[in-house]
Amino acid sequence: MGVLSRKATCNSHGQDSSYFLGWQEYEKNPYDEVTNPHGIIQMGLAENQLSFDLLESWLAKNPDAASFRRDGQSIFKELALFQDYHGLPAFKNALVDFMAEIRGNKVTFDPNHIVLTAGATSANETLMFCLAEQGDAFLLPTPYYPGFDRDLKWRTGVEIVPIECTSSNRFQITASALEKAYEQAQKKNLRVKGVLVTNPSNPLGTSMTRDELDLLVNFISDKEIHLISDEIYSGTVFSSPAFVSIMEVLKDRNLEKTEVWERVHIVYSLSKDLGLPGFRVGAIYSNDPIVVAAATKMSSFGLVSSQTQYLLSAMLSDKKFTKEYIAKNHKRLQKRRSKLVAGLEKAGIGCLESNAGLFCWVDMRHLLSSDTFEAEMELWKRIVYDVKLNISPGSSCHCIEPGWFRVCFANMSEDTLKLAMQRLKSFVGSIAVNDRSHRDLKNSRRKFRTKWVFRLSFQSFHDREQDER
Amino acid sequence: MVATISKIATGNGHGENSPYFDGWKAYEANPFHPTDRPDGVIQMGLAENQLCFNFIKKWLMHHPEASLCSAEGVDRFKETALFQDYNGLPEFRQAVAKFMGKVRGDRVKFDPDRVVMSGGATGAHEMVAFCLADPGEAFLVPTPYYPGFDRDLRWRTGVELVPVVCESSNNFKITRNALEAAYEKATEANLRVKGVLITNPSNPLGTILDRDTLRSVVKFINEKNIHLIGDEIYAATVFMEPEFVSISEIIEEVECNRDLIHIVYSLSKDMGFPGFRVGIVYSYNDAVVSCARKMSSFGLVSSQTQHLIASMLSDDDFVDSFIVESKDQLFKRHKYFTWNLSLVGIGSLKSNAGLFIWMDLRKLLKEKTFEAEMDLWRVIINEVKLNVSPGSSFHCNEPGWFRVCFANMDDHTMEIALLRIRTFMLKHNEAMVPGKLCRRSSLKLSFSRRRVDDFMSPSIMSPHSPIPQSPLVRART
Repeated sequence: MGVLSRKATCNSHGQDSSYFLGWQEYEKNPYDEVTNPHGIIQMGLAENQLSFDLLESWLAKNPDAASFRRDGQSIFKELALFQDYHGLPAFKNALVDFMAEIRGNKVTFDPNHIVLTAGATSANETLMFCLAEQGDAFLLPTPYYPGFDRDLKWRTGVEIVPIECTSSNRFQITASALEKAYEQAQKKNLRVKGVLVTNPSNPLGTSMTRDELDLLVNFISDKEIHLISDEIYSGTVFSSPAFVSIMEVLKDRNLEKTEVWERVHIVYSLSKDLGLPGFRVGAIYSNDPIVVAAATKMSSFGLVSSQTQYLLSAMLSDKKFTKEYIAKNHKRLQKRRSKLVAGLEKAGIGCLESNAGLFCWVDMRHLLSSDTFEAEMELWKRIVYDVKLNISPGSSCHCIEPGWFRVCFANMSEDTLKLAMQRLKSFVGSIAVNDRSHRDLKNSRRKFRTKWVFRLSFQSFHDREQDER
Repeated sequence: MVATISKIATGNGHGENSPYFDGWKAYEANPFHPTDRPDGVIQMGLAENQLCFNFIKKWLMHHPEASLCSAEGVDRFKETALFQDYNGLPEFRQAVAKFMGKVRGDRVKFDPDRVVMSGGATGAHEMVAFCLADPGEAFLVPTPYYPGFDRDLRWRTGVELVPVVCESSNNFKITRNALEAAYEKATEANLRVKGVLITNPSNPLGTILDRDTLRSVVKFINEKNIHLIGDEIYAATVFMEPEFVSISEIIEEVECNRDLIHIVYSLSKDMGFPGFRVGIVYSYNDAVVSCARKMSSFGLVSSQTQHLIASMLSDDDFVDSFIVESKDQLFKRHKYFTWNLSLVGIGSLKSNAGLFIWMDLRKLLKEKTFEAEMDLWRVIINEVKLNVSPGSSFHCNEPGWFRVCFANMDDHTMEIALLRIRTFMLKHNEAMVPGKLCRRSSLKLSFSRRRVDDFMSPSIMSPHSPIPQSPLVRART
């Protein structure tokens, strides 16, 4: 056999990670209310399925966009031929407006600085190709989205060095963690080209504080490196604190037109905010025209279908629709999250306080037989195979503390979520204690429960208020 | 240390500084429009297939369910919008596999499980290069070849391309000697050759590879144990004899290690859908299929488009009649164009496929150099106001050849383009020393002159005279 490339035969595609293995198990035995009620419930897929009715009703009211027509005239031919990597101007305009709207119009974006790509997957990889050489490194706060191992490293040869975050301060980025990561990279002889953060965070579901953002700006200024802010969940911030974009911070600190300004790049997508992952709509926004130019040319390898650009330009230009969608979507996400949190609480399980995303960062440390990743894997396997829930273990997200799991809540019906929580409750109730004495466990549970119940009570009180409004 | 951008981003690997793109820039600065800009540059450098849109539109009107967003299709909206599985919609893969088979006269069957999506053929080529070669390794590519390969196969992959030099003396056929010479050259340059990339039907030649050549290439790659990538994106544009032969057919006929065989396909040329970004990698090698599938995450086809294409290509009647209609339109256009060119003494490589001709302007060169080719090209762009693509941008080893596209415009624009060419040739013929010409080919010239006079009659010069009325077509000589 003619030998294949090293990329083809190595493991950098990351598909052997437990993140993907759980999916595979789900595929073998997927839950269905009617046909397979004992199957595995998918809680490992960060999809937003809560607002499709809003999209469908828009489609019904806008038949032209649906059928390749503009003002009653067929534009099928024009669309079919349109392969300009600069993208459909109407779509780029609508997209930057949407991005600004999500940020409360506190910042505006220039359509000439946006590059369309086939999903955020492609956007992230393209930015690596633009900003780094093979063997260079980017620093990423842990825990992070498992897909980054493939998207940022596989074909680019770029390395990831973790910025270790812990539960001691709710996994926020600290100055010392940043410095430690930078030093780690230098010890390994890796040239650091930048930092990549996900804000709001996947898997934490939290949006970054202004302090953290300031810290980042200071750090990249000092080290003279790039900052990529993956903001694909920016439209899912459903409760306070309000989302603060990196652009806002730069603006507030009067850093426009400085060197730092040109080293900040944003990745966006409509997969999470609009719930359209299948349509492959991603974007790179950069303040550096050279990066924009290079990324635009590279986008040839993964352009957005003109058919899709046209549909979405019509949809996103409808400001009445976007306003309504953003508001209703937030409400539904918040409500759904509280249902998950309440269900977890009944099972004696807490999670990180969060205000965004399509998932919760769940604390199952008290269920581990020991404070190790082996124990985490053991627990995970039981949850997948016995409890029949596919959730994502923290180790797959490179979390440095065992016992955390990402659990999605927006990709299923309310009934399915209810069932999942019931299963979990039964499981926790039936856990036999092997390594710890029963009394120790009860004590530690009580300690945790007190802490988390306090938080949860506060949370659910807050949520109830919202509902009454 | 100041953060820099990567070498890839700041270098020239995107290839856009090539003359191939200069003509486009001239066109974009002053594009032809029948009423707004009748003196603008006519685009003949873009290999698009615009001849069948009415046919396709009719189908769309009768099949509203093909659009996810129509009342008839919206039931599938949610599940399709959520579908990001890199395996692709099963009905999409099945429809594409079936289409590929039909385009090859159903002489071979394609397995839907080997159909892998990519971001257009552009994405497909890059992906195949990533799968088969490491940075610094090389592919052999027969010249002349599509300029985009320099970017698609090399830019971000670090892979090299080594030309397999083909000569006009034998109509640019790929010979065993040329393959061996290229292989040796690569070896001498310390480049490990990983495969051969052929485009069949050829861009820019518009010809198909004959059976013997295909067998010879397959034999060569088997002996060297290197890969064969067959870019067959123009497969359905073969508008007349001889019939297209795909490598998928050859491997059924000769001994071949199938793990070495990969096909790149797309709907951009055959159907005229470049905007929809439907690229396909079809590999007979399981490991490559598996790797390519994972890599396809970087350029999946929009599920909205997958749905449309699946609906369209599952309709057997539509597909069968489309293939026939498309060939018919291309045949007519090609014939009209080349016939008119011959009447003013312009020849081109005999071709039976593609959306362009390989025009022979060697005799118009002041001297046999690429500088002269560039001079002539500038004249064509700036004076004749046609954007054509100079052979040097395709790495042709001989100056004087130009790729001229004919399927990306309506009949009226075609007439204008031909008029401009005739005018230019008239001026050129007059400018040449009369005695010399007469001695060489007096018969030919007077014949040409007479035909040119025919063109000057009002009924033919009228911009509104539709093709069928033209005596050129009626005359049938």
